[in-house]
Amino acid sequence: MRKINSDKVFGFVNGLLLVLILLIMVYPLYFVIIASISDPIQVGQGKLVLLPKGFTLDSYKEAFREKQIWVGYRNSIYYTVVGTLFNLFLTVPTAYALSKKKMRFHGALTFYYVFTMYFGGGLLPYYLLVKEMGLINKPYTLIVLGGLSVYNVVVTRTYFANSIPESLYEATEIDGGSEFDNFFRIALPLSKPIIAVIALYYAVGRWNDYFTAMIYTAKKAYQPLQTVLRGILLEGEMTLGRIDINILSEEEMAYYVRKSFLVESMKYSIIFIASLPMLIAYPFVQKYFVQGVMIGSVKG
Amino acid sequence: MKNRKKLTLKSIFHDWRLYVLLLPSLVYLFIFAYIPMYGVQIAFRDFSPRKGIWGSEWVGLEYFKRFIEYPNFKFLMMNTLRIGLYSLATFPCSIIFALMLNEVRSTKFKKSVQMISYIPHFLSTVVVCSMVTLFFNQKTGVVNAIIEFLGGTRTDFLTKASYFEDIYVWSGVWQGLGFGAIIYIAALASVPMEQIEAARIDGATRLQIIWHVNIPYILPTIIIMLIFSCGGILGVGFEKILLLQNDLNLSRSQVISTYVYEIGIRGGQFSYSSAIGLFNTIINVTILAIVNEIARRFGETSIW
Repeated sequence: MRKINSDKVFGFVNGLLLVLILLIMVYPLYFVIIASISDPIQVGQGKLVLLPKGFTLDSYKEAFREKQIWVGYRNSIYYTVVGTLFNLFLTVPTAYALSKKKMRFHGALTFYYVFTMYFGGGLLPYYLLVKEMGLINKPYTLIVLGGLSVYNVVVTRTYFANSIPESLYEATEIDGGSEFDNFFRIALPLSKPIIAVIALYYAVGRWNDYFTAMIYTAKKAYQPLQTVLRGILLEGEMTLGRIDINILSEEEMAYYVRKSFLVESMKYSIIFIASLPMLIAYPFVQKYFVQGVMIGSVKG
Repeated sequence: MKNRKKLTLKSIFHDWRLYVLLLPSLVYLFIFAYIPMYGVQIAFRDFSPRKGIWGSEWVGLEYFKRFIEYPNFKFLMMNTLRIGLYSLATFPCSIIFALMLNEVRSTKFKKSVQMISYIPHFLSTVVVCSMVTLFFNQKTGVVNAIIEFLGGTRTDFLTKASYFEDIYVWSGVWQGLGFGAIIYIAALASVPMEQIEAARIDGATRLQIIWHVNIPYILPTIIIMLIFSCGGILGVGFEKILLLQNDLNLSRSQVISTYVYEIGIRGGQFSYSSAIGLFNTIINVTILAIVNEIARRFGETSIW
């Protein structure tokens, strides 16, 4: 009897703690949204906690007035779509070939790929190479760089090796089919789930990448959204810092105060705008993500 | 002997289509992974862009020596280690979260918690760092609004260096908790029901079942994840640190990788920064190998 009681208490406390964790997870996201649609002055004075105050879409209007955001959006879509296709082109055939253990030099070739997961030349030699190749500040820079994740190759290879029965290949081989037939006619059509998973892995990585763009594309016309977002957040701090209150008339003061508050709340709307594609895609893709992690965890 | 050679040639010929499938990525990796590995020798040379890698003078370990003798060497190592070990200390969070979820009876509640907990994983580093910067602002940030509401005083978290690690590590936990738990949730789903039933009949409480049945069952998964985490102690997230860095928290936020970026790409000291980068990589790989070996000896689990 006592045991049943203690188990009930446990279940209750457990549920309560999970609800608490859930609130901590959701609240920052919720706050971004309510801050982006609230009156900038209320937001700027830190008066917002639970509910939006003074509904307005000014911060979105202000954000959309920034040309650079549109440019960044367009670029990010281009980098994500074309970049992911390039990733798949490099990853999927490789993973298929590496799943064939009977291939000569299979061990050596696998090592050639996996070794790069643990050891690399580092930032500077890579940077010098990219520079030497004339890849800096080109419209295709961010497509070419980040072309292959060996981790994704391993995940895909594991899927090919474990989920497609060998007997299917044997059947085509009896009919005189080649490895190309095996790959294009059997393996590819049967591996849609894993292709979806790694396409999503790559796409999220491409959309969210900031580091590569920061180092290799300084040109404004080629910047992805993440760089633009970072730029606006910094710029906002600078304009606020630059204003000398003493030399302003009262009207100018009022204008700058409103403007500076608007810049602050615009940051929330930009965060929302920048995350929107991922949040829209999320419900559709999350089950694939889970699959991907699970396939990846099978040691193959 | 002759026969065997012939066989190799024949099997290469037989497999040529597989090699064709490999070729694009083979070439890609050769260019973007192996050439930089080869180029790492600039760490041992006095590289100048004008002379190129080959023309630059060989200086041996001079740059490594310079780094170790650099007055801030200890400071950089300490910062990197502090952040790395702190991050490692939060490693059990995802496991605990998974164990807690596993105890939930209602599938609907479980599924919703799970689904929501993955969301932060999809946000970019820039977005998360922007949120941190906005939330922790002394005057306008919501964290301070809540602190004030609860009767505390507003604190400037962003410019006080001592808060840097807390912010860095716990925002990371917030972002990775749910996604990191997937692998454990999957492992927990395959704990044999008979074992749990047997323990229950023997009078074990739920907490005892977790401790004596569930955790031992997922231990191999835990160890593998732990090995990987240990390998990353000195490889702390460069992008995120750079985004959270400001002049006032530099005393805690300057780590090896950000220093390499600063003096290398922004300062143009190619050889010196390559040496530091290589130094960092070697330590990382060494730690990974040591931890892996320990795990192999004692737990019979390893990544290789």
